[in-house]
Amino acid sequence: MLILARKINESIIINDNIEISILDIKGDQVKIGIDAPKNVPVFRKEVYQAIQEENKAAAKSSADIIHSLDNMFKKENK
Amino acid sequence: MKLNTKPFGIITIEDKQRISFNKGIFGFENIKEYALLNASQWPFYWLQAIEVPDLAFILIDPIIFRPDYTPDVDEHDLAELKLLPGDKDKMLIFSIVTVPSDQKKMTANLQGPIIINREERIGRQMISMNQKWKVRHYIIDELSSKGGSEC
Repeated sequence: MLILARKINESIIINDNIEISILDIKGDQVKIGIDAPKNVPVFRKEVYQAIQEENKAAAKSSADIIHSLDNMFKKENK
Repeated sequence: MKLNTKPFGIITIEDKQRISFNKGIFGFENIKEYALLNASQWPFYWLQAIEVPDLAFILIDPIIFRPDYTPDVDEHDLAELKLLPGDKDKMLIFSIVTVPSDQKKMTANLQGPIIINREERIGRQMISMNQKWKVRHYIIDELSSKGGSEC
């Protein structure tokens, strides 16, 4: 991993078209500005991780569960 | 073609049921070919990995329990599926369902919707930009209140 030290209002450029700036530092929180083309998705890492973890949990759902689920669903839906 | 599936064993599927996810599903990025199967009964579906019989996701149309649901995904993500935000006829929207041992606590992932272009048979799991949608919405609870409460 490349590690760079930056101060407030300094930035780094990635791939000529993505600029990441340090806007503010307060205690243990850093405010980061990201200037990237619109087709570059930017999300907090924990969002990705939450969806990955949820998919893994979903994949463990038992295969024969649908019948009982469906009965429950019909009851609830009346 | 014949397909070995997690819910039904070996079945025959039609080509039109095959959906390519060129980025895979988050956490399963290397698995790109799936088949969309009707579950034995409404309103569930299965997204079955073609090459991995053991891997299948239960899907639900989120509108059924959250009539107010809109995926709110980036239009560039949609463009990669050759979709525009208004392409309702071509676009299928699903949520992946997680069923724990207590089935009444089954949840749907509204934050990571599965979007499919049914004409091109390509799909992608996207990330909603609307922070109202979480990875776990309790289907039965929200069905009872029909979109009243947030998760």
